[in-house]
Amino acid sequence: MTVRVQTEDFDVARELAELRGRDPRVGAVAAFIGTVRDINDDATVNKLTLEHYPGMTEKALAGIVADAKARWDIFEALVIHRVGELAPADQIVLVGVTSAHRGEAFAACEFIMDYLKTRAPFWKKEQTPEGARWVEARAGDDEAAARWKK
Amino acid sequence: MRGDSADTLTLVYLARLRDAFGASSERIVLPPDVTTAAELRAWLASRGGAFAAELAPGRMVRVAVNHDIAQPDTPVRPGDEVALLPPVTGG
Repeated sequence: MTVRVQTEDFDVARELAELRGRDPRVGAVAAFIGTVRDINDDATVNKLTLEHYPGMTEKALAGIVADAKARWDIFEALVIHRVGELAPADQIVLVGVTSAHRGEAFAACEFIMDYLKTRAPFWKKEQTPEGARWVEARAGDDEAAARWKK
Repeated sequence: MRGDSADTLTLVYLARLRDAFGASSERIVLPPDVTTAAELRAWLASRGGAFAAELAPGRMVRVAVNHDIAQPDTPVRPGDEVALLPPVTGG
């Protein structure tokens, strides 16, 4: 399991190749990449600043990945989340999961993202032409995470 | 930050709450009657001003004790690091 919080960008191909590691048991690699949009809630976003709570963030992400591993038959999982200043089209987050078959990899990848969105202590501040503002949490994210509670 | 002093508790304010309270952290001496996360939140709200506004009942603020999300009855003790977290917006 790999969990990283970093300011630098990441190379998706290299990260996923490392995640697979030529493990012959792996038959499926699912990945999600989150990127910065230039429009949010009808406002133009010029810049995004991502902050987190060092110490808790890594612990929360490791806990989410451990939950996914307990729930699905997956081999490896990777979460990389960037912090600091980002611009539209920049990469924010990468989640990668390997398993024998696609069902487990897809499900675990989506679960990790849904929980990351609602439990990991990251916050976005947008710079718009009208000034800076903290991004509001979305009810839809809570609903997405709640789907897995059954 | 944790454990700097046996008598004080460290409060950490994040994101919107840091802006609202004008500080990223502070050290406090816990009043004797404040022993849980819920009591600590209510005690901070009783300061009035931005604390009362941001921590009013019903405002979505989570409390983390030593980097774990707390429940209302989670104990808080001297030496702890207690963070106030607005709803998260990562990913």
